[in-house]
Amino acid sequence: MRLFQSLRFRIATLFQRAEMRAEMEEELRSHIEHRADDLERSGLARTAAERRARVEFGGREKYKEEIRKAVGGSSIETFLQDARFSLRMLRKSPGFTVAAVLTLTLAIGANAVVFAVLNGLFLRPLNVPQGQSLYAIQRGNDNYIIQSYPDYVDLRDRNRSFDALAAYTIVQGGLDTGKDPSHVWFYGVSGNYFNALGIQPYLGRFIQPSDERGINSAPYIVLSYAYWHSQFQDDRAVVGRVVNLNKHPYTILGVAPPEFRGTLLFFSPDFFVPMVNLQQLLGWVDPNARGNRWVFEVLGHLKAGVTPVQAAADLSSIGFGLHQAYPKDDDQSTFSLVRPGLHGNFFAPAIRAFLAGLMLLAGLILLAACANLGTLFAARAADRGREVALRLALGSSRTRILRQLLTEAVLISLAGGAAGLASSVVLLHRLSGWHPFPQFPMNIPVNPDANVYLVALVLALASGFLFGIVPVRQVLRANPYEIVKAGSSARVGQRISVRDILLVVQIAICAVLVTSSMVAVRGLARSMHTNFGFDPQNVMLVDTDLKMAGYDEDKVPAMQRRMIDAMRAIPGVTAAGLVDTPPLHMGWDVKDVFSDTTTDLRPSNAVAQAITYKISPEYLQAASTVLLMGRKISSHDELNAPHVAVVNREFARRILGSETGALGSHYRLPDGTRIEVVGIVEDGKYTANLAEDPQAAMFLPILQNPASDTTLVVRSNRDGPELASAIRSKLRGLDSGLPAFLQTWNEEMNGALFASRIATMSLGVLGLMGAMLSITGIFGMAAYSVSKRLRELGIRIALGAQRAEVLKAAIARPVKLLAIGSAAGLVLGVLASRVLAFIVYQASPRDPLVLGGVVLAMVLLGLVATWIPAQRALSVNPLILLREE
Amino acid sequence: MTDQAQLLPGTLDLLILRAVSLGPLHGYGVLLRIGQISANALLIEQGALYPGLFRLVRQGLLKANWGTSENNRRAKFYELTVAGRKRLQEETDSWNRLAAAITAALSQQPEEV
Repeated sequence: MRLFQSLRFRIATLFQRAEMRAEMEEELRSHIEHRADDLERSGLARTAAERRARVEFGGREKYKEEIRKAVGGSSIETFLQDARFSLRMLRKSPGFTVAAVLTLTLAIGANAVVFAVLNGLFLRPLNVPQGQSLYAIQRGNDNYIIQSYPDYVDLRDRNRSFDALAAYTIVQGGLDTGKDPSHVWFYGVSGNYFNALGIQPYLGRFIQPSDERGINSAPYIVLSYAYWHSQFQDDRAVVGRVVNLNKHPYTILGVAPPEFRGTLLFFSPDFFVPMVNLQQLLGWVDPNARGNRWVFEVLGHLKAGVTPVQAAADLSSIGFGLHQAYPKDDDQSTFSLVRPGLHGNFFAPAIRAFLAGLMLLAGLILLAACANLGTLFAARAADRGREVALRLALGSSRTRILRQLLTEAVLISLAGGAAGLASSVVLLHRLSGWHPFPQFPMNIPVNPDANVYLVALVLALASGFLFGIVPVRQVLRANPYEIVKAGSSARVGQRISVRDILLVVQIAICAVLVTSSMVAVRGLARSMHTNFGFDPQNVMLVDTDLKMAGYDEDKVPAMQRRMIDAMRAIPGVTAAGLVDTPPLHMGWDVKDVFSDTTTDLRPSNAVAQAITYKISPEYLQAASTVLLMGRKISSHDELNAPHVAVVNREFARRILGSETGALGSHYRLPDGTRIEVVGIVEDGKYTANLAEDPQAAMFLPILQNPASDTTLVVRSNRDGPELASAIRSKLRGLDSGLPAFLQTWNEEMNGALFASRIATMSLGVLGLMGAMLSITGIFGMAAYSVSKRLRELGIRIALGAQRAEVLKAAIARPVKLLAIGSAAGLVLGVLASRVLAFIVYQASPRDPLVLGGVVLAMVLLGLVATWIPAQRALSVNPLILLREE
Repeated sequence: MTDQAQLLPGTLDLLILRAVSLGPLHGYGVLLRIGQISANALLIEQGALYPGLFRLVRQGLLKANWGTSENNRRAKFYELTVAGRKRLQEETDSWNRLAAAITAALSQQPEEV
């Protein structure tokens, strides 16, 4: 109310002030006329008297200004006045205005986007009530966040630090609502999940702790709002309906509110199912086995007054008790708390490092833009030296002129900030709606919020003031009499000016950006041609889970055999095999490996960890993985035969001592199984990160290690869509109720290359921006220096200067600055790309191609930027020019 | 012109109040009145009067009304408010004290110290 009143008062005074100004004008005129009357009476002619009266009165504008100050000049009024004047001035020089606003649009846009991503993933708490006090727990030793169900129950019941500890895990399944069975992703949640998070149902009711009465006792489903909206068309009668999930009847209890998208930021489930029922749905989860870790994340609200450190100590003491009671399953480990949403320290550090890098580069863009604008503004101030001098001579105060210049800068920064923010909002909405992996309901929720708007505004204003300050010194030192006397084009400075330094800094920054983007692009290009340990060309992956179609464990192997045979029978298919999870997939299975002599199989005694694949005999051939020694898995390696494995060279080297001695040697798995190595294959890339260190991997026969969720690897010489429909019809012939997900291996690989692709894309865009900024910077400088020296150039031409000499005089300086800046930028860029090596595969800045590319790019930029000013310098017509002055 | 004295900072407002206290005046009239009562001994740039006038109006010491001057021109006339009259009295007293003190200090002879 107060604010409103004060605002109304201010607006009222604004109107009064217009009136007051008119009055003041009239009063001063009246004074001068009275004086003139007196002078006239003393014998002067009227015109002479009036002139004399005006002179005697003194600087009228100055006194008006003083009166305004005496009355208490309203800041709004002066600002509006300045703003109006600034707008007029900016309209008069559209080139300058457009260049400045565009530069700022780029910079603010880039920063707003990067900050919004940072904000969406790290700064914003999960969208649940009191999200600030929500923490996930992880084991301290290896920051392992996945727990076993019995451990979770003990932690939940024994801790004194959390209001409630909830748990969830992400699983997939087949949902049959009477139509075609569809492939779905859902959370298995603890009974207290919704209560612990403090969420209210949108419709019906949520799963409650009282629903859990033992394993497989709660066949209930809570739909997410999005899934209810898209699959059930907002049907409110859906509550109480029974649907089939993996062929088991489940009752729909209710619908979650629209704003709740689960507790993993970038993975929103289709629905929620009680965790105690997962065994029925999946088979492989065992809620009673303490060593079977599958509970994806345990999280809860801290009690009021409990700090994370206290809570961690509390959990650690429980952990110690568990270690005492179950030494075989539970290592002695401490616990720590992490923010939920990014799966603890699993994804967060890499994403954070990447975003920090991006933020740094975006900051560089902003800095370059500011330098660019500083150059523009300094040039403009120099051009306006005459105008400023005139205003000073007419009695305007320096503060007033400075304020007006700053107003101009602020107007430009606001316009640029608004445009930048608008474009970033468009971009962010598209980014939020983007599903990079068709197989998963994943997206990056980065829609901007108030924080983003605020940061953009602050950045825009700050940079506005920053470059607005540049010409201040020029104005403060301006001596009106000198400038008016001499004209503005008198001095052609040969000493190093602020402008030159700004330009060199800017070019250097841009060269850094161009260098890093080239390093990234080159890295990605290389990673496309790296040796993966398999050949993704001409391969179709078919992801099925027999559990979803209700197959019991004893029926799975036979069905898998039928599927493989059916694939091989398709004309054009050269090989088809089965693997539980293909390499470079989003998920992978890591197992502890023990030496043959180890009897105490606790995790701390493991020799190493190896990535584990369960394969059918044909898989290695279908994947084109080269067997180096020994034999492949055969169909005789079945459940009752001795357990065998094919391992990669890294496994042989690291775990069995040597490649040659590895064949025929033995090792053990955590469950005690003794395994003989029968073959050795080439190393490859396994985790979803091409920059991984060499990993040990073992390939176990799927007959000896059953799995129902598998991927068929079908290699053929037919093209994708045709093959896909053939595969689908074959699968339908085998079982029409089995959901399958098909994609080529190259498409699947996009997931593995996701990080590199995103990195390359962002760096590429930033590099492009850097290039554009350096073009505008050099162009501005060259155009300015040519226009300043047009007269001199005209005289030179009139005196018979050759084209080369004219060019040299006109643009030698910008070109020299460009060369210095580029060289500095290149060196810095090469140093900075060490940082890039972290995210970009094989990012090597010492690549001659990269170095050459950068030099070429900068030369091209220089050519483009100086072309028009050079043309203008060459086409100077001395006659016209000399006549003008 | 050279025998005219520069105004001390802050004294212009006092002079304006004094000039207006003798009857309502417009701006040019204030200037003439000051010249008259100070025997033209003070150097005042004409325009400098107005910031002072506006300031005094804003402080509520003067009030202003538009009227017609003796030259038959529209002009703004200033007169003292009650607060203005009181302020004039205070300022005059304080000026007299200051002036007396300064005069006394300056007229001391060496032997009297």
